[in-house]
Amino acid sequence: MAEATKRPNSLTRNLTAKIASLPMIATALVIFIGCTLWTIYHSFTRSRLLPAPDKWVGLDQYERLWNTRRWLVSIENLAIYGICSLILSLVIGFTLAALLDQKIRGENVFRTIFLYPFALSFIVTGLAWQWILNPQFGIQEVVRRWGLESFTFDPLNNADIAIYGILIAGIWQGSGFIMVIMLAGLRGIDEEIWKAARVDGIPTWKTYVFIIIPMMRPVFVTALVLIASGIIKVYDLVVAQTSGGPGIATEVPAKYVIEKMFLSQNLGQGFAASTMMLLSVLVVLIPWAYLEFGGKRRG
Amino acid sequence: MVDATAIEPRGPKPKRAFSSTNIMLYGTLLLVSVYYLLPLYVMIVTSLKGMPEIRLGNVFAPPLEVTFEPWVKAWAEACTGVNCDGLSRGFWNSVAILIPSVAVSIAVASVSGYALANWRFRGSETFFTILIFGAFIPYQVMIYPIVIILRELGGFLGIQLMGSIWGLVIVHTIFGMPILTLLFRNYFTSVPEELFKAARVDGAGFWGIFFKIMVPMSLPIFVVAMILQVTGIWNDFLFGVIYTKPETYPMTVQLNNIVNSVQGVKEYNVNMAATLLTGLVPLTIYFVSGRLFVRGIAAGAVKG
Amino acid sequence: MKTIRTLAATTAICAAGAAHAVDLEVTHWWTSGGEAAAVAQFAKAFNEKTEHNWVDGAIAGGGGTARPIMISRILGGDPMDATQLNHGRQAEELIEAGLMLDLTDVAEAEGWKDIVNPSSLLDSCTVDGRIYCAPVNIHSWQWIWLSHKAYEDAGVDVPSNWDEFVASAPALEEAGKIPLAMGQQPWQSSGAFGVMAIAIAGQDAWSAVNIDKNADVAGGPEYAKVFEAAANARAFAAKSNVQDWNQATNLVITGQAGAQIMGDWAQGEFQVAGQVAGEDYTCLPGLGVNEIISTGGDAFYFPKQDDPEVEAAQKELAALLLSPEVQVDFNLAKGSLPIRGDVDLAAANDCMKKGLEILASGAILPDGNQTLSPDTSGQIEDLMVEFWNDPSYSAADAQARYAEIIADAD
Repeated sequence: MAEATKRPNSLTRNLTAKIASLPMIATALVIFIGCTLWTIYHSFTRSRLLPAPDKWVGLDQYERLWNTRRWLVSIENLAIYGICSLILSLVIGFTLAALLDQKIRGENVFRTIFLYPFALSFIVTGLAWQWILNPQFGIQEVVRRWGLESFTFDPLNNADIAIYGILIAGIWQGSGFIMVIMLAGLRGIDEEIWKAARVDGIPTWKTYVFIIIPMMRPVFVTALVLIASGIIKVYDLVVAQTSGGPGIATEVPAKYVIEKMFLSQNLGQGFAASTMMLLSVLVVLIPWAYLEFGGKRRG
Repeated sequence: MVDATAIEPRGPKPKRAFSSTNIMLYGTLLLVSVYYLLPLYVMIVTSLKGMPEIRLGNVFAPPLEVTFEPWVKAWAEACTGVNCDGLSRGFWNSVAILIPSVAVSIAVASVSGYALANWRFRGSETFFTILIFGAFIPYQVMIYPIVIILRELGGFLGIQLMGSIWGLVIVHTIFGMPILTLLFRNYFTSVPEELFKAARVDGAGFWGIFFKIMVPMSLPIFVVAMILQVTGIWNDFLFGVIYTKPETYPMTVQLNNIVNSVQGVKEYNVNMAATLLTGLVPLTIYFVSGRLFVRGIAAGAVKG
Repeated sequence: MKTIRTLAATTAICAAGAAHAVDLEVTHWWTSGGEAAAVAQFAKAFNEKTEHNWVDGAIAGGGGTARPIMISRILGGDPMDATQLNHGRQAEELIEAGLMLDLTDVAEAEGWKDIVNPSSLLDSCTVDGRIYCAPVNIHSWQWIWLSHKAYEDAGVDVPSNWDEFVASAPALEEAGKIPLAMGQQPWQSSGAFGVMAIAIAGQDAWSAVNIDKNADVAGGPEYAKVFEAAANARAFAAKSNVQDWNQATNLVITGQAGAQIMGDWAQGEFQVAGQVAGEDYTCLPGLGVNEIISTGGDAFYFPKQDDPEVEAAQKELAALLLSPEVQVDFNLAKGSLPIRGDVDLAAANDCMKKGLEILASGAILPDGNQTLSPDTSGQIEDLMVEFWNDPSYSAADAQARYAEIIADAD
């Protein structure tokens, strides 16, 4: 692999490889860089229904954005949802993987049960949970019928906790996949490590926390990347489950962007909001990428 | 390659069958299973009830009278506007979108991953980094410019891309690329270098090595990529709704249409049947090939 | 003038004669029971009276879901052949960008100028003297629908105006009814507020705010009363947690809720449910306070196509939509008012007749969609949906925000 760097570079060297990589290069340059720059540029304009590159308004769109309650609520929701789902997915995913890794009977069955929601779309997930959390027919009603008359569990109609109703569904859908990745990681740990730990008399939980988890750093990174890239894109789940309601209690940035762009016909405002989303991603990603790829080079 | 033992449990062995640890262990697993199974159970029982029974309340009660009416209605009769042909049309559209999208996106991503792993050239790492960053860019940033790109590209090639299945294939290929390329690149990197060098000595070129050595050795990762893409593309809603039109709407969009076309009372049973029907393809794939998926993940996704 | 008209008519006829059957894809968001029945009238007429085919492109989820799809398709170079939009400012830029078909020749051949009543509907379709859309109906928001069953159950008389309704609310609540049914979609909150504004603040204040964008009036005492009333109404609607407007209407139909503030399209739902105006339900225009209706409505736009045959078919459809028979069939099913004053609506029920009378008397206002840009409407919707759902959001705070939005409106 390293031989590519040993020889002097020229345009024709590895020509086939370069040609074969053209779709990837085009995607990286045209879509990911090009479209992003295009969007950022237009966020400084007063584009309405159509892009208007000549109507420059400076930071007006951003000023309005940060003065909009709905946007602030969206950001707050994304933060709550993001942090909770990151932590819960990792914890649940790892715990389930560790439990499955105990040489249990019926591992395949349990694994399938935990993983199957990942096969379902967010639309399906949102509808199913909307139905279960429906106060008239769902969990609340059932518990009340058992005799607990005052039992209240109605997250989707209570603005203060509605976002957690979304979270329950989100975790349900995604944590199984994290479990599979964790399980793969655990299976990659050398048996000798366990033997050595047992010989030294280290308790199982300590072995996990202080030996296994640090060894699984790359696995955690993969999981983190997958979870994080999903969080920022949360849209369909909210649309299916609550449509942002009650009121604006479960609004998320992605929904704000879509609606401002196409519904309010204010592209500039939508672009400004999506640029802010991108910025928040970069704030998290750049330090991580620096740590991950910064010093070392693959050999 | 993946040796068979790689997917066997490696944790400490439990000692006795009925130890308190074991009871705790299985107890926890069963409890958690309830949380995961609950929605599926509720969807199934709801879809088998008639509307009067649903109105009586309690989503968890099994149906007193099993009816398949909602399933028939969801598949063939549910209305959106003037059209009353249910989900059936969307199903075939989804199939028509799925097959080329999966094939093209995996072909492109595997070749890219191969080039990145084994045929590095100047700037290849930079492009790769951009690609990975791309996985994090909110789709919303790119939706609008892509509408324009599809229009221009379609005009340039003289075909209609926007609103056609091929436009959607391009979009799926683009957005599947970051994760898939990462998967393939990591996997190909782990293929022993000696094999690669030996083939080079034998005079095999870029494509020769790819088809004769890399592809046959990488079936597990192709399976993972396939499962991820099939479910991802089948479940896609956002691109389907923006880049297609009513005749080519995928099943998810039609599901949303049916669920939101309330005529009088919400027919929860039909909605749930429609929901299950939409989820049937990816669900089947997971139930059938879950083991392969886990094996593939173990083999490739985690390394690197 | 006359020559042009004849010429246009001849071209239209010739084009129609020469044309093969064309499949016209028509997108709309009419998917509720009454709406679907109404749009089926269009499809039927088009399939029977022309040789072309109506390809239905319904998109569920209301204008909010459907409009983005329609617009991105038009911009992406894959336009449908015809599409519903609320006429007014939603299509402004598309027309300016030259993406919409100019219907002026059809309008002149058919004499739309003389038959469309009120003429403001055609004005909304006109940009720089050219006509770009075909108005199909008049919808007014200013109605409250009252359930006779709910009031019977509660043992009080059906109110005849807003004040009586407010007074009757506690009795309804005691009987376990939701006094005011309200869906949770933003446009519903915002629409109900608009209705209350016309009824309570009066026509002058409403015009000052919505037409002249006068922020002082929006922040002034007349509107303060509106916000107070809305805060009251919010309490009445607290237990109504349905999403869609027709689910809320269904609460009224089944007597679970006392009333709903909703446009006249709610009529279609009562009709589908077999209910009779005056017997099973009562409708009060202008909340029974101020009998004024706004004349918004739906219109069809025809995105430009390259194919002259398609264009001819588009024009045929445009003409057909306004023809007397189709107008009657469609509007009876939809519960809306026809856009031409010369058709006979003998089959109309009480509520529609009330509407027709008000229309004839000229107590009409333009619709919010015609006066405010989608951007401003969107901001108001965001505000209203939050206000209606958050009891801790005070009327004064909401009004202050409202005045800000109006001040920035364009």
